Amino acid sequence: MIDKTVAGTAEAVAGIADGSTVMIGGFGRAGQPVELIDALIEQGAGDLTVVSNNAGNGDVGIAALLAEGRVRKVVCSFPRQHDSWVFDRLYRAGELELELVPQGNLAERIRAAGAGIGAFYSPTGVGTLLAEGKEERTIDGRRYLLEHPIRADVALVAAYRGDRWGNLVYRETARNFGPIMAAAATTTVVQVDELVELGALDPESVATPGIHVDRVVAVGYRPWIHEGRFVGGVDVNGAPLEQSPESSVAGAVR
Amino acid sequence: MTGLSRDELARRIAADIPEGAYVNLGIGAPTLVANHLPEDLEIVLHTENGLLGMGPAPEDGLIDPDLINAGKQAVTALPGAAYFHHADSFGMMRGGHLDICVLGAFQVSERGDLANWSTGEPGAIPAVGGAMDLAIGAKQVFVMTDLLTRDGASKLVAECTYPLTGVACVSRIYTGDAVFDVTPEGLRVREAFGEHTVASLEELTGLTLQAAAPELASAAEEEGGSR
Repeated sequence: MIDKTVAGTAEAVAGIADGSTVMIGGFGRAGQPVELIDALIEQGAGDLTVVSNNAGNGDVGIAALLAEGRVRKVVCSFPRQHDSWVFDRLYRAGELELELVPQGNLAERIRAAGAGIGAFYSPTGVGTLLAEGKEERTIDGRRYLLEHPIRADVALVAAYRGDRWGNLVYRETARNFGPIMAAAATTTVVQVDELVELGALDPESVATPGIHVDRVVAVGYRPWIHEGRFVGGVDVNGAPLEQSPESSVAGAVR
Repeated sequence: MTGLSRDELARRIAADIPEGAYVNLGIGAPTLVANHLPEDLEIVLHTENGLLGMGPAPEDGLIDPDLINAGKQAVTALPGAAYFHHADSFGMMRGGHLDICVLGAFQVSERGDLANWSTGEPGAIPAVGGAMDLAIGAKQVFVMTDLLTRDGASKLVAECTYPLTGVACVSRIYTGDAVFDVTPEGLRVREAFGEHTVASLEELTGLTLQAAAPELASAAEEEGGSR
């Protein structure tokens, strides 16, 4: 019997070594595996290279990991945001190395790693500062840069539902980097809102087949979802609105 | 010399987007264009974090943190929407499947080089996001910007001095003063607003400009932002 489920987030992140490259899913807060990151902070691994689209929001998730001094280098496309004060402070203090990668190249480099591609030519970034040091080649009259895959020791991914084989479905734009990061890491650890029985996920809707997943842990529904239904009642950061739960449930029309 | 307001300019750009177009509106002012797309036309908005068929912001109480746009604001998904992962989303862009992308700019050069991601100031934290992918991906790249900086310098230049986002990638530039097409012969004034003429625009930009129609060379068009 295949059973990739683990009982808790501590078990899910066990064994992550100092110096690891860790991919962390999410775009801003959507799809960010906050519970797994909290467990990684608790677990204690340091000197990490983090590969993620952003470099932390507010004081939670990736920002908390950075604030704990566990990260040596960040590979991302968009570190500077209105709520990226933790990254900003550490970067300005020279305590964090940054590799800035255009978002599409970041995604494709991660995808390439999972797909066994040695390297590829991308037109993005040609003629810019981010082309420095990259091989350029003209193919059929268009200029391209040689881009190499980004692999990781560990990927931390958040999905909506999963089963014990590691099959995953995502929710809305929280899918973002999940499927490609899951395929690009040696060990892929996934937090889901809900674990379901094998066979309960529609095979037509599985976005990450279990072959790419090593460990799955259920962390429970987020506040805007109740028993598998969207109920709202939160702001875009997931914080509760100042209203009674009854009115938010009554207001849900989807 | 009164030209178009930011909102009138957004409406002017929206008027050039045909039914059936797949469109990405960049973060910032370009998102205003969505407010002026006619409701009776089916125009599909793409957001690079993984959604085609993006709809307007939800009502309070129905905000869904899993459903956001590239600016990380809450949005909705219209009937017919589709979700996809990031590599597919940027493949759509890089693969030339988007019809139109509307972006902001610090500078645009005469041959359509775009600078919009970094002022190059020492000590600034660099952040590029999807800007470089958007700049080279769509079939047509529209820039929405003021013609002049707050200091009165032209944002249309012979050569960009800010770090480039993309080379020769801009198709058309919409400003509150005029609309310019990027052509092999340089910038061509497609439409001038207020009392602007090619001569007055040349004075503001310091560039030699082409005129799309003979009347632009002398008298200004009156229609402004009307459709």
